[in-house]
Amino acid sequence: MSTIDRKTVYRVADLARLYLTDDEIEQMTVSLNKILEFEEQLKGVNTDNVEPMAQAVPGVNVMREDVVENSLPLREVMLNAPDEVEGFFRVPRIIEKD
Amino acid sequence: MPLNDYTIVIGLEVHAELMTKSKLFCGCSTSFGSEANSQVCPRCLGLPGTLPVLNKKAVEYAVKAGLAFDCDISKYSKFDRKNYFYPDLSKAYQISQFDQPICGKGHVEFYVGGEKKVVGINRIHLEEEAGKSVHSGATISDSEFSLEDYNRCGIPLIEIVSEPDMRSPEEARIYMETLRNILRYVAVSDCKMEEGSLRCDANISLMPKGATKYGTRTEIKNMNSFRAVQKALEYEALRHAKILDRGEKIVQETRTWDDIAGITASMRSKEEAHDYRYFPEPDLVPIVLTDEFIDDIKNGLPELPVAKFHRYVDEYELPEYDAELITADKDLAEYFEAVIANYKDYKAVSNWLMGEFMRLVNEQSVEISEIKVKPEDLAMMFTLQEKGVISSKIAKTVFEEMFHSGKDPETIVKEKGLVQISDASEIEKIVLDVIEKNPGPVAQYLDGKERVLGFLVGQVMKLSKGKANPQMANDYLRAALAKMVKN
Repeated sequence: MSTIDRKTVYRVADLARLYLTDDEIEQMTVSLNKILEFEEQLKGVNTDNVEPMAQAVPGVNVMREDVVENSLPLREVMLNAPDEVEGFFRVPRIIEKD
Repeated sequence: MPLNDYTIVIGLEVHAELMTKSKLFCGCSTSFGSEANSQVCPRCLGLPGTLPVLNKKAVEYAVKAGLAFDCDISKYSKFDRKNYFYPDLSKAYQISQFDQPICGKGHVEFYVGGEKKVVGINRIHLEEEAGKSVHSGATISDSEFSLEDYNRCGIPLIEIVSEPDMRSPEEARIYMETLRNILRYVAVSDCKMEEGSLRCDANISLMPKGATKYGTRTEIKNMNSFRAVQKALEYEALRHAKILDRGEKIVQETRTWDDIAGITASMRSKEEAHDYRYFPEPDLVPIVLTDEFIDDIKNGLPELPVAKFHRYVDEYELPEYDAELITADKDLAEYFEAVIANYKDYKAVSNWLMGEFMRLVNEQSVEISEIKVKPEDLAMMFTLQEKGVISSKIAKTVFEEMFHSGKDPETIVKEKGLVQISDASEIEKIVLDVIEKNPGPVAQYLDGKERVLGFLVGQVMKLSKGKANPQMANDYLRAALAKMVKN
């Protein structure tokens, strides 16, 4: 069985922009390994006649017609904006400085 | 030249916005050029609790594009989340397709310097656009902050991934132009590079001539025109060659093309994750396509450029050069066909379109679709010329007027008094006038210098303001001069 170490938890947290304390990393390592253990049980299930699936919800092809609907008024769009300039969301520098 | 020692290997990832009216997963409008953030809804903003619903038209368009490139169409495909943080991506994930794209392998054919080239398509997948960043500085690198507009966020895109089959920057440009042409033929994307509805990222690597193992590649972004694609790749190939010649290694990285400086520069983004942690999109069910659905789209496909090219050569007996040039632009091909519906001298029409027509189109930098000259009016102009009502020289004047005013040729001929002079007595009068005014050339002609006749005919045309029937001018001039010899 594969296991998750602290390094992996740290990396995954970093990718998800989660800033965890050492204690939290420890806790997560334990919890995530429990999930893996749980998943290990599934390996015991016979899936010989089961097609691989990416979706547990039954049904396919849920689609809408190509019709334009109303968008939100700008005032509402900007309700959660930390910083707004003339109808734009203003964000800090994207590329690192040389 | 260091480049001669290497084989250049190029692959392109081309993004084309689909021409749906609404976005891929919500009903917001896709129209271009609206006020910032005026076409967004909670889904575009990635607000918690919102759910995507797939636009049926986008699926149809993606399949249509796939069929146009001879791709295998997947009976089963699904969406995945591509996770990364970037300010133009409101949800911090893009809904894309990872391991089961809607279209599989296909290919594109085109000509490079008369040689046929086939480039493989690896896959075409459906995904959503990101928003648009406006930078405070001149470039992204020297901007202290950026402004985000999410109108574009969620517009349907297809990403066409080529095999690494291109061997020169020129091939890459022509491949890109061919893709645009085909996508416009099947009317799934307007492919305006300047508006960003057609974009490409290029992967390039060099390997020593004869080698089979590809070298380390770099990826180039931010090429905003076909010319830029070629220029950026030419620059990057040379940069690779110089590094390899020094015995150094290429750093695998993403670089941005600076069109003004004419260089590529390393793009070090704070947010670049390199680990997208793809997983199946739990909010969308799979797409399952039936043979009937695919066949319906296949049967509705218009004639594609390659088929058109062969038909022009076989049916209209156009030279390959003409056929290639006209079919390379959907609008031009449609225009050509509309003209020849009313005038059957195909080669004459082709000559005119490639000559006078394109000259004015380029000079005025207008789109062919916006041209005021109605195809049936152009056909009428040819008919007037054939009937001798106007000369070929006058035809040019008439056409220019048609081009600028959109009036029909008969009206223009009438208004401007451009009817060709075919009245014998009138032409004779002009001929005698020319002979009287040009004693020198006339004497030369009479001395046996036949070449001078051309000059004298020219004088007749000039005096008649181009309206004299050129054949009659020629005949009457000869006759009049012959008479002088006898005398």
